[in-house]
Amino acid sequence: MTLLGESVGGGLPPQQVGAQGAQREVSAPGGLGRYAVRRILTGFGTLLFVIVFNFVLFRLLPGDPIGMMTRGKDVDQQQLAELRRQFNAPLPEQFWSYIRNPFSSNLVSLQSGESVWSVIGDSFWPTMLLLGVSTIASASIGIWLGIHSAWGRGGKFDQITTGSTLTLYSMPEFWLGMLLLIFMSTGVGPFPGFFPSGGISSPGDDLGMVAGWLDLAWHLFLPALTLTLVYLAEYSLVMRSSLIDEMEQDYLKTARAKGLRDKLVRRRHAVPNALLPTITLVFLNVGFVVSGAITVETVFSWPGLGYLTYTAIQGPDNQLLQALFLLFAFAVIVANVIADLIVATVDPRVRA
Amino acid sequence: MSADVEVPVEASRTPKQLARLRRRRSRARYWSEFRRHRSGIIGLLILGFFVAIALVAPLIYPENPADPSAIINAEGESMAPPTAGYPLGTTQTGQSVLTLLVWGARVSLFVGLLATIISMTLGSLIGIGSGHYGNWFGAALERLTDWFLVIPFLPLAIVLATVAREIDWLGDSLITIVVVIGITSWPGTARLVRAQTMSVKARPYLERARVLGGGNWHQMTRHILPNVAPLILANTTLTVAIAILSETTLSFLGLGPQNRVSWGSMLDDAFGTGAISLGAWWYLIPPGLCVVLVVLAFTLIGRALEGVLSPQMRER
Repeated sequence: MTLLGESVGGGLPPQQVGAQGAQREVSAPGGLGRYAVRRILTGFGTLLFVIVFNFVLFRLLPGDPIGMMTRGKDVDQQQLAELRRQFNAPLPEQFWSYIRNPFSSNLVSLQSGESVWSVIGDSFWPTMLLLGVSTIASASIGIWLGIHSAWGRGGKFDQITTGSTLTLYSMPEFWLGMLLLIFMSTGVGPFPGFFPSGGISSPGDDLGMVAGWLDLAWHLFLPALTLTLVYLAEYSLVMRSSLIDEMEQDYLKTARAKGLRDKLVRRRHAVPNALLPTITLVFLNVGFVVSGAITVETVFSWPGLGYLTYTAIQGPDNQLLQALFLLFAFAVIVANVIADLIVATVDPRVRA
Repeated sequence: MSADVEVPVEASRTPKQLARLRRRRSRARYWSEFRRHRSGIIGLLILGFFVAIALVAPLIYPENPADPSAIINAEGESMAPPTAGYPLGTTQTGQSVLTLLVWGARVSLFVGLLATIISMTLGSLIGIGSGHYGNWFGAALERLTDWFLVIPFLPLAIVLATVAREIDWLGDSLITIVVVIGITSWPGTARLVRAQTMSVKARPYLERARVLGGGNWHQMTRHILPNVAPLILANTTLTVAIAILSETTLSFLGLGPQNRVSWGSMLDDAFGTGAISLGAWWYLIPPGLCVVLVVLAFTLIGRALEGVLSPQMRER
């Protein structure tokens, strides 16, 4: 009886699946809540591990951090003594103060002399803008490509799409960025150089509202295009393979037997069920997206967190690097928890 | 099927010979299966080409282009487009891009393969260990895998490479980069191997081995490992692809091997010396294209292997 319910439920349009899920929750009260609490606690465990790891790793570094921090700055003896005390404290005490406040404002960027978190704050929004735009674009294009190549599996469209997405997937993203730059910004041979060579806005006077936004979009276009092209490969491949899985299910035969048109079978029955892995991929991919941002922002001198990471490596500015690593890891951990919670909400079977 | 027919011949052989014969046969079967995947064969051909180039590089161009003398004595013009003498143009130091490209194949392939060996060894050991031991030890290994799985790969590699460089941990920067990539890329393999180990562990012949008194070591090396090995093999080729991409990325960020030419360091130099604004496409395109071809070759081989080893995937 339950088995039958499962297989029929799989084929129902999403609203009805939702209704059925709600019914199940009534029979097992707090199932999702308990799962969520457990999942969030594991997330905290991972975060703790990252913090400990980060602490230990950067304690291995040699050198005179106080000398580097205070070089060329006006520091009085009292402050210096306080810093000395902090750095020469026994390891457990240092660890305790780090654990208590890993996002402490005491961490100072060596290059600018400001607190690392204020430096990071300045770079946060450009990165969010770039990653947001390219994630939305790549997920929607990738899903569209995946659906169409799965539905006509083995056909011309499928072959071309799979071939080119695999090629894009094999590309170092910064190389693609450099190619786009040299052909579309510098302009080589027949290609006219139209786009700017980098940065987030044109130097000079403050442009008007509309002109300012257009200028931003003009600068955003190439880096966003680079990331979109590189990321859409994975979305398209995952969407394709999960739709192919669904296509072998019996409920699609039922839908066809009812006499539904092919398009409707695809849109109403197959795609909603195949969408879940791809949607969660958006969150699971955050680590991958961050990695892409580091090199692509460098190529386009986009003033975001990735470019900041590059300057921290070149410095080297270890305090800044440490803070960035913590931030990236934190973002990925949160995204992973979100992905798991989405799956658990939509699909009660994983809550066990 | 064929084994039944040949029983009389095989009866006269020792168990070791029989095992060897069986292995040879299954290898032949796998190979004929693999040959049916056209893309896998294309991958093998591309890979073979690059391996050959990497091996004969010192014969074609005797001088290592990363040597200071090679850089000083370079005779070409700086950043000149392709000519008959320099089929792929020149670099900012007037060296031939083609020479650098050929030598770069050595470092890229070397780092990719060696890092993969480290990664696969770690991943297999930890994966089998965490799947086989049901006690705290297995659970601890599983936790460790989960933790490392979540930490974003490139930031972790950057941080490790920076620290390793500053404390001069392994001396040689080439080995450092190999180790950094190796110890950041194992968790995916470990999780895969763990899942397979769990499923093998539940099969009756392992229960038999346990009942007959087979120890942990015996079970893991004689029963689990042979069953997990095909999966590890298919995963290896995909890991090489990732390792080569990682080397390129880390080199581009200036964390790669020093005093050696790799495709990534070429891209770093090209970027750093303004090849983009000079429109020096001959300096930018070749190294990236080589990376794409090699990575694609490994990916195609890996997908073909998966198709051979897990038949339910074959129709994809």
